Amino acid sequence: MQTTWAYTSNYFVYSAMALFTISFIAHAFETAFAVRAPEAADTTEGNLLVKTLDFKRTEKTARVATAMMILGFLLLLAGVICRGISAHHVPWGNMYEFSITGALAFTGAYLAALRKYDLRWLGVFVSFSVLLTLGTAITLLYRNSAPLVPALKSTWLVIHVTSAIISGGVFLLANVVAASYLYLERVESRGPRPLWLQRVPSLEVLDQLSYRLVAFVFPLWTFAVIAGAIWAESAWGRYWGWDPKETWAFITWVAYAAYLHARVTVGWRGRRAAWLCIFAGSTFLFNYVYVNVWGTGKHTYSGL
Amino acid sequence: MSDHVEIPELGFLGLARYAWRQLTSMRTALILLMLMGVAAIPGSLIPQRITNPMAVRDFITVNPQLSIWYDRFSLFDVYGSPWFSAIYILLFISLIGCVLPRSLEHYKAMRAQPPTTPRNLARLEEHQTFTSDGDVMERARTWFKTNRFRTREENGSISAEKGYLRETGNLLFHLSLILILIGVSFGSLFGMKGEAIVNVGERFINVPTSYDTLTFGKLTGDKSLSPFEIKVDKFVAQYDPQTNAPKDYTAWVTVTDHGKTYKKTIKVNKPLTFGNTRVYLQANGYSPIVTVRDSKGNVALQGPVPFLPQDGNLRSIGAIKVPDADPQIGFVGSFVPTNSRTPGQGATSLFPELLDPKLLFSVWKGNLGLDNGVPQSVYRLDTTKLTKVGLGSVKPGETFTYPEGSITLETVVPWINLQIVEDPGKKYALVGGIVAVLGLLSSLYGRRRRIWIRVAGSEVEVAGLAKNGAPGLDVEIQSFVTAVKGVQ
Repeated sequence: MQTTWAYTSNYFVYSAMALFTISFIAHAFETAFAVRAPEAADTTEGNLLVKTLDFKRTEKTARVATAMMILGFLLLLAGVICRGISAHHVPWGNMYEFSITGALAFTGAYLAALRKYDLRWLGVFVSFSVLLTLGTAITLLYRNSAPLVPALKSTWLVIHVTSAIISGGVFLLANVVAASYLYLERVESRGPRPLWLQRVPSLEVLDQLSYRLVAFVFPLWTFAVIAGAIWAESAWGRYWGWDPKETWAFITWVAYAAYLHARVTVGWRGRRAAWLCIFAGSTFLFNYVYVNVWGTGKHTYSGL
Repeated sequence: MSDHVEIPELGFLGLARYAWRQLTSMRTALILLMLMGVAAIPGSLIPQRITNPMAVRDFITVNPQLSIWYDRFSLFDVYGSPWFSAIYILLFISLIGCVLPRSLEHYKAMRAQPPTTPRNLARLEEHQTFTSDGDVMERARTWFKTNRFRTREENGSISAEKGYLRETGNLLFHLSLILILIGVSFGSLFGMKGEAIVNVGERFINVPTSYDTLTFGKLTGDKSLSPFEIKVDKFVAQYDPQTNAPKDYTAWVTVTDHGKTYKKTIKVNKPLTFGNTRVYLQANGYSPIVTVRDSKGNVALQGPVPFLPQDGNLRSIGAIKVPDADPQIGFVGSFVPTNSRTPGQGATSLFPELLDPKLLFSVWKGNLGLDNGVPQSVYRLDTTKLTKVGLGSVKPGETFTYPEGSITLETVVPWINLQIVEDPGKKYALVGGIVAVLGLLSSLYGRRRRIWIRVAGSEVEVAGLAKNGAPGLDVEIQSFVTAVKGVQ
């Protein structure tokens, strides 16, 4: 029974990967086929053969891309739930489970932000990185579904890990936006944007967007750290012990606090702010990878 | 005349004022904040005495030269080091210097009226003009009141402001950080922390001599411990048969506290609480109960001897010291709860439960050195001055005989490690944490904005301003305008 659920979960994850692949291809096609070759009539204005982007031509592809992403999200959600049922606990017992949930959170953050901002230009990147995460998870990190170790048996597992994973998803999205900013700034300093980058919003919008994302989720990250402290108090007998995971959560917190101050109080914008944002996001990723894989301390469980 | 240039004398006060201003400037605070993040890094890469003293000892053995330098820079105690403390103390001074004046200012601003309506509203955001009847002002007043704006009315105009909660939250958040720091220091200065290994069937009495390790905070004046007793009646550890990973630990205990006796269970996430003191179930292992006899058959030692687990399957090591035998006898032993029957594997355990327990040991005779005052680990035996007289293994009920006597493994009981912590500061830290989150929420999601309305005859002018470019002003002004126009 237990293994049946685990197998079902794997099928869902594989199917979600298939859909993310389709979504990735559709996103790439969308940009590629939006390019409209100059028509004969246009050449009357001198010899300027200006190619244009016409997203009306690819609106259907774009819709398919987003629809596939939504379906992929739902299948992955089903996969995560089945994994939880198979193990009789929320599926956050090892790194495989963290990774599939993290990919779910990242997709979720993207889709949620998509409702408010036109972020479809990010779709290529999001679908690709989710594919990469799921691929790594299922090939390298896969572990059989197992019961939780005693220290993890607590309601706080749900509270602490949910808030940490959601924060992580949004932090990474902010990182991607900040990285796009830096890339576009370099491109623009050399001349006008190439065609395929024209749909990406202006630098000001990107700059503002990465800040909005961080400011939105920083209280949740603070809550995740505090919830972790409350849990640690009942599981390990102290609420703060400078365990490597705690230390890096603290470093991430401090880095984002510095980012928010730099923006709001000192008035950092643009390149400097984007680098600081990426630095802060990297401390989060480092914490996730380093402490789980090579680290010691109380946050390492069941092999990985 | 010399080239001497007159420098205006700053004086001590001036210098102090200059230093204070520098320290409390935002730029300094930001640098200190980033510095604290960077300073926390080495502690996660180099083993720390507070989290992993064993790893520190191993590191020193492997890199003795480097360790001297590490120790000079407190790199094994990063979070208690002078340089780390310097950073956070400066940061908090800077924070206090920044937040307290701002709190006063904010308090005054909250009691003051909003600023007067600017003369030229057309330059502001969301500027609109329309014509309306005479009740506009009355409707505007009602709208501002129901939407809880702070208003100032003069010369046919209303200046309204809302969203002070943003700054209130911001200040509360920073003040709560100070509360957390106070809670943390209070706990470490006045707290107490100790550990004790208790065999199942034995009683733990909360006095200093019962502890294996016990440390008090630097300023703990009253070193008395709360008077409770815990008798461990039973301990059950469940393991997953497929992965050997632990599934559940439960200890059943009988507690005697202030004359009352009651039954309780302790689990990993469910400690026992006595006021500020909590008792945690931290680790478990096995104690072989042995009887050691001398060559004449007299009992020289009888009782449980805790062995220290070395891996997830609870292969444990330990030492049995028999100073009352003549000559003194010591055993260097390994204990495995489930013995591996594969030849050549030595002391290997296949599963952490007592499925096929076995005690393997070497027997040594000579002066055990227990009386020379040098503290020894109870789990290790220094065999450099001893002579080996036997090598054997026993299962429960079996006896191994050597020339100087014999050892019998009667049975095996589990032991549990109780961690007992008193932290009088944690409630302040918790309150600080909760306030911090609430403050952050209102400071990051709060929107401070102003709305103005001016009426001249039938001409109505409306405009607004959102601080920090917060979104949503357009919608709000629209609903304001609709309300002011009234049903027509």
